Amino acid sequence: MKDVALRALDTALAHGVTYADVRVEHIRERSLGTKNGQTGRLGSSESTGAGIRVVAEGAWGFAATDDLSAAGLSTAAEQAVAIARASALASKGELRLAPEDKHECVWVSPCAIDPFAVPIEEQLGLLLAVDTELRRNSGVTLAETNMTFARTRQVFVSSLGSIIDQARTTSQAGFEAWAFKGNEIQKRSYPTSFGGQAQLKGYELVHELALLEHAPRIAEEAVALHSADQCPAGVFPLILESSQLGLQIHESIGHPIELDRVLGSEANYAGMSFLTVDKLNTLRYGSDIVNAVADARLEHGPGLGTFAFDDEGVPAQRIDVIRDGQFRGYLASRETAPVIGLTRSNGAMRAAGWSRLPLIRMTNVSLLPGPHTLDEVLDIDHGIYMETNRSWSIDDKRYNFQFGCEIGWEIRNGKRARMLRNPTYSGITTEFWNSCERIANRDNWTLWGVPNCGKGQPEQVMGTGHGASPARFRNVRVGGGYGK
Amino acid sequence: MTRVECQRIFDVAQRAARSAGMDDVELLLDAHTTALTRFANNAIHQNVAERDRMVSVRVPMGSRTARATTNLVDDDSICRVVEEAIALTKVAEPNDELLPLPSPAEAGEIPEHPSRFDAATAETTPQRRALAVKEAIAIVESAGATAAGIFETGAATEALINSRGLFRYHEETSARFSITATAADSSGWAKASAISAAAIDAAALAGNASGKARLSASPREAAPGRYTVVLEPAAVLDLIGQIFGDFSATAIHDQRSFLTGRPAGALFGPNITIDDDVRHPLQSGAPFDGEGVARRSLRLVEGGALREIPYARGSAKRAGVAPTGHGLPLPNETGEMPVNVVIAGGETSLEHLIAAVDHGILVTRLWYIREVDPFEKIMTGMTRDGTFLIEGGQVACGLRNLRFNQSVVELLRNVIAMGLPARASGEEAMDMVVPAMTVQAFNFTEVTKF
Repeated sequence: MKDVALRALDTALAHGVTYADVRVEHIRERSLGTKNGQTGRLGSSESTGAGIRVVAEGAWGFAATDDLSAAGLSTAAEQAVAIARASALASKGELRLAPEDKHECVWVSPCAIDPFAVPIEEQLGLLLAVDTELRRNSGVTLAETNMTFARTRQVFVSSLGSIIDQARTTSQAGFEAWAFKGNEIQKRSYPTSFGGQAQLKGYELVHELALLEHAPRIAEEAVALHSADQCPAGVFPLILESSQLGLQIHESIGHPIELDRVLGSEANYAGMSFLTVDKLNTLRYGSDIVNAVADARLEHGPGLGTFAFDDEGVPAQRIDVIRDGQFRGYLASRETAPVIGLTRSNGAMRAAGWSRLPLIRMTNVSLLPGPHTLDEVLDIDHGIYMETNRSWSIDDKRYNFQFGCEIGWEIRNGKRARMLRNPTYSGITTEFWNSCERIANRDNWTLWGVPNCGKGQPEQVMGTGHGASPARFRNVRVGGGYGK
Repeated sequence: MTRVECQRIFDVAQRAARSAGMDDVELLLDAHTTALTRFANNAIHQNVAERDRMVSVRVPMGSRTARATTNLVDDDSICRVVEEAIALTKVAEPNDELLPLPSPAEAGEIPEHPSRFDAATAETTPQRRALAVKEAIAIVESAGATAAGIFETGAATEALINSRGLFRYHEETSARFSITATAADSSGWAKASAISAAAIDAAALAGNASGKARLSASPREAAPGRYTVVLEPAAVLDLIGQIFGDFSATAIHDQRSFLTGRPAGALFGPNITIDDDVRHPLQSGAPFDGEGVARRSLRLVEGGALREIPYARGSAKRAGVAPTGHGLPLPNETGEMPVNVVIAGGETSLEHLIAAVDHGILVTRLWYIREVDPFEKIMTGMTRDGTFLIEGGQVACGLRNLRFNQSVVELLRNVIAMGLPARASGEEAMDMVVPAMTVQAFNFTEVTKF
């Protein structure tokens, strides 16, 4: 792969470009699922190709090809240059990239148990056992389980002289119990919804999740939701479980801090951001106890946003996003960093495979844990607790959001009281984070994976990481999703 | 990928399967080239092209099946992917509902299908896209706004070949242009898609977007509540498009569809008729499904009543009916779904729809639509890039964007007028042929800050 990458780079440089980088990737995936005792999906895939990015006449061009022959790479390199020259027909001034060092590195993500070496029979057997356990509850009308594994090897080379060889293995697993009755559909998921937990790990993740042990409780809750009271509407103290808080972080902190979005690159599709550059170091984003970081380093944990180098050859870094409630930093690229006076990119450029252009993407954007036990977070006379995302929506500048959860509980005197169905909550980003009054400690902190973050045109689906522990918020509007 | 190349790849795969003692093989093949010129802040900032291929193999063994896929098309890689498919299939759980591969007779004859390939579009150069973008930017810039958007062109080949003699092949081109004009406190958006790039009028779209940005300047705030709304086709598409995954025999059988247990009559208002019609002149896509079955045109809803639903071969056998040609590639959990939706409308222009509303809201586009309730099909989302107050039949001013929580079932009972159906393209649902709609009592629940 290194030879292929260097050959493509040489070809691009021969066309007189001022900068070029090449990513050659091989992506392998395995995906399994069951539905009501039958094999659902069962498949494997591989994809290999090269993406060539150049600057010519002061403008960007990018071409990707599955043809890694000398002729195929040459054609793609010529195409990238021709595209850059076309870009120059409607460009505004010369590109300026923040300086970056030359790097040479080989990096393999930690993977204790190779998921591709685990027999499929064993993987399918576990899913079918979970499926059977879910359907042991007669109220469950549909049981679904899934596992997905991916391994990407990427060689990145650039005209700066960098040669970076990275291999990342990710795993995801989870299940859902559906209960249809009368005129309502209820669902519970474990460990979270939309495919379950996803991390930069091998099959050890599946062992850690203990899927089978949790199946009876999840089935019971799905059925019990039909007898639960509708979540009341009003303004309440709200406690969010950590996976839901992870998605809240993703939508209302992670996306607004993407500097390309702030500067207008996504105006036509993913939208812009309320976090205009004048707010850096001046906006009170949250209450004093809110501290958030963007951290792509392995030290932060095995997240979907963990790597050694981003896709333009910049090392993984940790930045303060919010410190003591104050807004402190954006996610940047080599092109956007100089716009806000940064001398170097903080390494957030990633592409969804060889065929796509790198964009600023969330790494692991996490809320740092607080000092409190879970009991202390729940210690309130009356409030609402919500768990596991069911729906998520936020406006195109990331102000107004609404989330729905699979299940809620009324909290009375610090304890879970009655179960509540169809809970939703909504708010304005900065008002919400400024109402944060208690965050649980590291014992309750989980680095969640969001594997389905969409951005860019053509759209790129990316995995991001979000560490969170349960937290409590004052005066949150609850019930708007079912409001008349 | 030509027919000859497709056949060559299939022959290699079939030989590999036979040498492993397997008779049945099915190949899905896809090859595409796509190029997209993206602009923002009145300049091209991202400009890309890609080519890729896909060979996806099933080697069914009785009631077992699995799938292996590669983008490598040399003989060794094809043999390897066949071996992988065989290995996966051997460990799959038997599924008694799995049917043998369809013969050409079982898959049905495909009636004459309109050509959906335009050579000029397939050969669109980056210069041609850049010049069209430059012209669009100039229009928006001269209106005092900032332009962002895309111009995408591409060509794709899709084939399905199986060892029972079925050979399906489809070529298609596509062109897509969208533009957002952003002003100090307002924005406007327009988008179009077509088989041919020549059918895209980028300058007109730029004029439309910048006009909306100008009209929505200095937006006022409307209190949340129920309003009569005029939804432009893109807003109709993205919102109503959320329900069509439920029009599926498998989803109903699995009791996850909002149609489960509902009386078929009077589902929606009597003025609602919805077809799935792959042969509609404004539609696109292949005339066969994921098993190669010929797509039938379906009347999903007529006069508000549920008429037909799509069936894959498996769900059709379970129900004792004929498959409709809407199955997804096997194995899958989803079964089938309509992919060529056409909603009947009226003959009224958008301007006349607006003129008939005394007090209401005009919506250009909706954003971040997600399902709040799966049975009532309550969707939440935001308005975006052109939301206007209508007073006395005229656009009075721009409005700050609003959040809605609206049941689509209820919405389709509250449609009081419809425009001329048009091919619409949004961001949250497949392109469809839909009319603009005037809807009573649309439920806005919150307002945002811009």
